[in-house]
Amino acid sequence: MKTLKDIKCGQTVSVTRLNGAGPLKRRIMDMGITKGTQILVRKVAPLGDPVEVNVRGYELSIRKSEAENIEVAE
Amino acid sequence: MRMKIALAGNPNCGKTTMFNDLTGSSQYVGNWPGVTVEKKEGKLRGHKDVIITDLPGVYSLSPYTLEEVVTRDYLIKERPDAVIDLVDGTNLERNLYLTTQLLELGLPVVMALNMIDLVRKNGDQIDTQKLGAALGCEIVETSALKGTGSMEAAQKAIALANKKQAAKPKHQFSQPVEEALSHIASLIDGCVPPEQARWFAVKLFERDEKVQAACSFSADIMEKIEAAVSAVEKELDDDGESIITNERYTYIAQLMKNCVHKKTKGLTTSDQIDRIVTNRWLALPIFAVIMFLVYYVSVTTVGTIVTDFTNDTLFGEWIQPAVGGWMETVDAADWLTGLVVDGLIGGVGAVLGFVPQMFILFFFLSILEDCGYMARVAFIMDRIFRKFGLSGKSFIPMLISSGCGVPGIMATKTIENEKDRRMTIMTTTFIPCGAKLPIIALIFGAMFGTEQGGWVAPLFYFLGIAAVILSGIMLKKTRMFAGDPAPFVMELPQYHLPAAKSVLIHMWERCRAFIIKAGTVIFVACGVIWFLSNFGWADGGASFGLLDMEDPLVNQMDFSILAYIGNAVAWIFAPLGFGTWQATVATVSGLVAKENVVGTFGVLFGLADAGETDPGLWTAVSGMLPLLCTKLSFLAFNLLCAPCFAAIGAIKREMASAKWTAFAIGYQCVFAYAVALMIQQFGLLLAGAGFTIGSAAAVIVLLLMLYFLFRPAPDRKTALRRAAAQA
Repeated sequence: MKTLKDIKCGQTVSVTRLNGAGPLKRRIMDMGITKGTQILVRKVAPLGDPVEVNVRGYELSIRKSEAENIEVAE
Repeated sequence: MRMKIALAGNPNCGKTTMFNDLTGSSQYVGNWPGVTVEKKEGKLRGHKDVIITDLPGVYSLSPYTLEEVVTRDYLIKERPDAVIDLVDGTNLERNLYLTTQLLELGLPVVMALNMIDLVRKNGDQIDTQKLGAALGCEIVETSALKGTGSMEAAQKAIALANKKQAAKPKHQFSQPVEEALSHIASLIDGCVPPEQARWFAVKLFERDEKVQAACSFSADIMEKIEAAVSAVEKELDDDGESIITNERYTYIAQLMKNCVHKKTKGLTTSDQIDRIVTNRWLALPIFAVIMFLVYYVSVTTVGTIVTDFTNDTLFGEWIQPAVGGWMETVDAADWLTGLVVDGLIGGVGAVLGFVPQMFILFFFLSILEDCGYMARVAFIMDRIFRKFGLSGKSFIPMLISSGCGVPGIMATKTIENEKDRRMTIMTTTFIPCGAKLPIIALIFGAMFGTEQGGWVAPLFYFLGIAAVILSGIMLKKTRMFAGDPAPFVMELPQYHLPAAKSVLIHMWERCRAFIIKAGTVIFVACGVIWFLSNFGWADGGASFGLLDMEDPLVNQMDFSILAYIGNAVAWIFAPLGFGTWQATVATVSGLVAKENVVGTFGVLFGLADAGETDPGLWTAVSGMLPLLCTKLSFLAFNLLCAPCFAAIGAIKREMASAKWTAFAIGYQCVFAYAVALMIQQFGLLLAGAGFTIGSAAAVIVLLLMLYFLFRPAPDRKTALRRAAAQA
């Protein structure tokens, strides 16, 4: 099982499952990351965290600890 | 008839520009009741009876963030006559997500498809007819930046409001969900307004706690709703909230496929800029250069020039002598002239002196925010700041505060999360500002008898940074700031050129709020301090009246009311080693402006014109604070305690709450006291003095501080239980 945290820059993955609950999960979904969404990992911030991803045509910043809740498949 | 139109939309969709375009200069800026979220209202141009309300930018109507709650409470409870839903055409997919929620509110909705010029420039095509028909609302193409379409959208909204024609959402959820929704709607029939039934049904399906609590249905109804939701959840193998969100996005993806034709191509200009600006290796150097430029221009060079001009020339040489001269010609009493010229004009002038500097600073901040770089600042700095409970965006207020705390505090406006914002406001003035540098220079001179080397001031910046970090860690573990860190799932908006008009309006709003504050609270506070220090019992206590500060023989300030108060409360500072009334009075006078501490010592020691580099003043201060640790303790207390009135005023404005302001100031004073106490008492111990009650107190304070630093964060369950017990 891979999560978004493990994905290398430049790779595109598809969301299979969202873990967690409450505000964080809702926020992730509200921003357009839902089951089946394609996510392109653009880059990692200079200090190693957070990461920048492209989802539904726009750029999103997400911490690695948050990305861990997003299960993905290539 | 008065009409209210609400402007709703995602952050970064051009809402502020559209609002400015619709209302022109007739704006009122305040806060939503009880929270630090900004509320803006204005009259529609050419329509005296139409009020436009700019709602906070939100991505959704979920119950979790403050902005979302403010927005939906307004839409549900205040019921505007119509809603203009502003949608960024270049980012349609995510923007439509909010639209699907707004359409369910049972209000007339017009969708303004903004940035249409950029959409066309990119070569994309949006079939607005088809999209509008599919959504169930009218669509107007707009470009707020170019000023086209905004008025047309407003006219449409007025027309719909007059007809009271609510939007009829065309979107259907999947079969099982729709069945559950209509079941819920029938259960709550009669309890909620019929036009809002669908919204409530959806929210109850999502198990929205805020709606559940607000509706207070009978246990029987709640049970039936729960049963209906659980059945669907079981069938679709997901929770209610996720089912709704997923289906909305699935529906939007379908709309996109049918109504939008995207020209596929490589990287946009914005992407190319971003590749360089947040590049792994270049990001930090570029960041450092931009921050240095902002700081250098607005704090060091141009900022200092204009502030010095306002303080020394405008007020010091023009206004004060002119008013003084005029009051002499009309034979005003000496005390009145003194009060007006030195107390009020002098005090308020010292505060207003910051205004030009703030203009320059906010000019830069508005540009950084408008062009999209501010979000990147958070992206780059997040890693460091979240370690001690702050956000990446706290960096800018802290940086600015090393010049002046007032604009620093006001710069916290760019932090979205309320907890982060409050904590940044509370800690940012720990960073020594420009006005504290003379105090550092004076005490250093008193310690070593020479002017300070270049390394001294940075040392105290480290003290300030340490204070910020320690406070961040301690406060984060208190009940007020505890809880899960706010999600940092943040949009990185496209870069674009800022609009001159919105930058200027932004700048003016910030400064106006501060000027008003200076004219009221600070005005009174300065008057009071002036009165206390200039009136007293002269001639050996025989008569009460104005003191002659220029008396060459006797230092009249010794007899002022402030001196009496200083004597009465000096014991408070005794454990810190400076329990003399002079030190107390100097500390209090620092409230008007921190550099006054030096000036007050000058007056008190009869060296009125001595500055912080005067060896005579060094000797005098050294005589009053003989020990090295006492000097350091005095310095630490003055650097960390409550800031000047101007900054307190800024704190009051940004907190938008008297309670929080008092808490912030109280915390700063207590923290300063604790640090100074430890410096003095441990200093004494090191110097070989015996173990006293004071040393014991210092040990206790140290242990307490360590406890607050290292205790485990209160776990979520206890916090929830407490909250439940309170409710």
